[in-house]
Amino acid sequence: MPVPTPFHPRTAALCTSYGWKQWGGYYAVTHFGETHLPEYWAMRESAALTDVTPLFKYRVEGRDAARLLSRMTVRGFETAKVGRVAYTCWCDPRGKVIDDGTVSRLADERFFVTAAEPTLSWMTRLSRGLEVAIEDVSERIAALSLQGPTSRDLLRSCCDADLDALRFFGTTDARLDGAAVRISRTGYTGDLGYELWCQASDALAVWDALMAAGRAYGIVPAGLDALDMARVEAGFIMLGVDYYSSLQVTVDARRSTPYEIGLDWCVDLDRDAFVGQEALRAEAARGPGWNLVGLEADWLAIERLYARHHLPPRLAAAASRQSLPVYADGRFVGQVTSSVWSPLLKRHLSLASVRAGHAAPGTPLQLEHTVLYERSSVEARVVEKPFFEPERKRKP
Amino acid sequence: MAAVWDAIVVGAGHNGLCCAAYLARAGRRVLVLERRDVIGGATVSEQIHPGFTFSSCSYVVSLLRPQIIRDLELAKHGLEILPLDWTLSPFEDGTALLRGPDPEQNRRNIARFSPRDAERYPLFGQAMGELGRLVKPLIEAPTPEPGHLGPSRLWELARLGRHFRGLDEDALAANLKMMTMSAVDFLSEWFESDRLIGPMSLSGIIGTFLGVRSPGTAYVLLHHYMGEIDGAFRAWGLQKGGTGAVAMAIARSARAAGAEIRTGAPVARILAPGGEARGVVLENGDELRAKVVISGADPHRTFLGMLGEDRLDADFVKQIKRFKMRGSSGKVNLALDALPRFPGLAGDSPALAGDITIAPGVDYLERAYDDAKYGRFSRRPALDCVIPSLTDPSVAPPGKHVMSIFVQYAPYHLKEGPADWENQREAFGDTVVDTLEGFLPGLKDRILHRHVLTPWDLEKTYGLTEGNIFHGELSLEQLAFLRPAAGWARYRTPIRRLWLCGSGTHPGGGIMATPGQLCAAALLRSRSV
Repeated sequence: MPVPTPFHPRTAALCTSYGWKQWGGYYAVTHFGETHLPEYWAMRESAALTDVTPLFKYRVEGRDAARLLSRMTVRGFETAKVGRVAYTCWCDPRGKVIDDGTVSRLADERFFVTAAEPTLSWMTRLSRGLEVAIEDVSERIAALSLQGPTSRDLLRSCCDADLDALRFFGTTDARLDGAAVRISRTGYTGDLGYELWCQASDALAVWDALMAAGRAYGIVPAGLDALDMARVEAGFIMLGVDYYSSLQVTVDARRSTPYEIGLDWCVDLDRDAFVGQEALRAEAARGPGWNLVGLEADWLAIERLYARHHLPPRLAAAASRQSLPVYADGRFVGQVTSSVWSPLLKRHLSLASVRAGHAAPGTPLQLEHTVLYERSSVEARVVEKPFFEPERKRKP
Repeated sequence: MAAVWDAIVVGAGHNGLCCAAYLARAGRRVLVLERRDVIGGATVSEQIHPGFTFSSCSYVVSLLRPQIIRDLELAKHGLEILPLDWTLSPFEDGTALLRGPDPEQNRRNIARFSPRDAERYPLFGQAMGELGRLVKPLIEAPTPEPGHLGPSRLWELARLGRHFRGLDEDALAANLKMMTMSAVDFLSEWFESDRLIGPMSLSGIIGTFLGVRSPGTAYVLLHHYMGEIDGAFRAWGLQKGGTGAVAMAIARSARAAGAEIRTGAPVARILAPGGEARGVVLENGDELRAKVVISGADPHRTFLGMLGEDRLDADFVKQIKRFKMRGSSGKVNLALDALPRFPGLAGDSPALAGDITIAPGVDYLERAYDDAKYGRFSRRPALDCVIPSLTDPSVAPPGKHVMSIFVQYAPYHLKEGPADWENQREAFGDTVVDTLEGFLPGLKDRILHRHVLTPWDLEKTYGLTEGNIFHGELSLEQLAFLRPAAGWARYRTPIRRLWLCGSGTHPGGGIMATPGQLCAAALLRSRSV
């Protein structure tokens, strides 16, 4: 049975839709009001505040902390700078991805790790022989995501951090209305935005301070439905949706290497041994069998399909996690795993896994699409990810 | 003589820019000349008060065609249409009707006034959506002209005929009624409560010199439901950065395709020796030559102003003079220090971010019209307000807001003559603010700056003849093959090589951009350039 997060007294009072779902054993709001769309637009036009406490969070401390994380994940952390965050993933010995998350270096010998799934036992197993302490702080640390173009000005107005010095994927300690918080310029929306980490006991004070300061900046509490739209536009993958943890599935067809899910840019092969290194080296030489790509459906083809039934093109302005087959000249070549009609970009966008040879931008493919019970397909083509990448995301 | 252009477009409104963008993409050398220092025409954002961006004139994007958005890659060039999903209609007794995206909530809200209407409401929406589908091919293609039926035109008519045949009799009857009835009569066939009919009928009179009980106003209601025809693609809402950003997006697309846009370049005359347009003369005397001249200005301004009636056939001139402009509306833009509180609504309710209509009943609206009939602005005007800064904080400093108030009626022809607007402007502004204060108490104290636009100002500053926001009233006798004149509804004019691309042509006004698009298509097909 799910439990409330430390923000529950506030989110529950605002959640007039009673729209909740389970996330990591917690109650999480899907949308607060009549629809999720004002929350989505706030992410893109002003600022949206989302409770992301259900992420799994770990504190890794000790002389060998960097060594452990370098050994565990596909990136090296020996030379990572204090105050920097890195997105990474970790694999099993066969190079199949277990999970993805962020690693923040808070001090020479102290790191903070987030993950989508419980990771303590995996980390502990790999820490044998190393001088390192791993603590699961998932319940102790509350987390908020503040995303959107006004988020920087909003934060500046209520905390003492030097936000102009906080670069994309940087992290810093700050005080916010008397509470100690850590702010990292990260998020799941592909936009200007921050994640805030604080003690669970300070959660309500931090929430209240942000909401009060946010009034002048168009702050809107946002749920997971809006976040899901934004993350597809940003081209971000999700564990359990776009790929599966190699520890949780039983058939190899459901396992993926980082190269197969578009995380090749994270992999640093030429360094000390890490889990899956040999397998990944071979995969890099061979080339992956699958590629995770962005697809854009041909809107006119969608319109024609609906017109056949005398209907306007009815697509929900919501992200879909329904997996759908993808064809090339009628032959099955992969599947869409997430898709969204982006009201911002006015494009129908999908994340799809396709067999090698169908991944080059511009490749024509067909997507299954059902109108009035009838399955059909619409033309689509491979396009570059991220679909949405505003300049403000990285801008100093 | 300077460079010869393939086409000169007069006026950088959204239609002129759209026409230019299509021509440039087809490889033509295009020059757009704008009188003002800003582009956009009536689709313009201006910082009238420092830090506050006003959509001075047009304030919502209604029917920008998906095809145009795609063809011109407008999303890439900055088009961002934010939703406007709620309509709040306060009444004089302090109650209000809120309609939004959730049908169940709408049913509950309407049932407070009429349980019967509450049940009919979604069916009405569905019926209007169906009607919208019926009208869609009419607004997306050049209008058939019954007087000129060559083989290709017959083919168009036949296609339309097939489209209409596919509909059942009820839909056809509804459509015919729609075309001829008054907004109130049409709505009364569906609903009983004045609290629903009043606010809903407002959209039937926007921009026209007609009352909600005048025949022909039902048709305009349809435009509010036309978003349905585009399904998920619908483009109904507020542009980020104000409506001027729509024009900017089209301009960027045009420039990317090679078009040149010059501001501060007012056209004095269209050169048309021997009944054939050769170029234009700017007010500074510069002569610019082109193979065709395309006017985005309204028909009066184009023919009676820049061309001169002596160059035209007397019958045509008569037709153009009869083409009714008679602006009926004004605009008040406010810079607000803080958000006005609406009694009975939580401060963070998304409802204020939608449309706020002051149209509390049919009689209220008719009385507002009565004033206008006798040459006065309405003492209790109908208002259509939006607070775009609630969804798009970029248009105001943090915590502050802009409010756009569309005002009906403000007749161009005051009893004392249109120039008397100079004397009545502030009284008009006061009336609007006083009226709104009655519904949003405390509003007055929050006003930092007030920007009042009368029909006289719309004419003088934005070039809209008689302040008509649609370049000519959208009444039945001025639509389709009669827009702007019988026989000249396909963007050509009696002057060879002079074309029209503004809202005074089919399918008319609003930020739709179809006139510009269809004009460019017709021009390219004609091989004139």
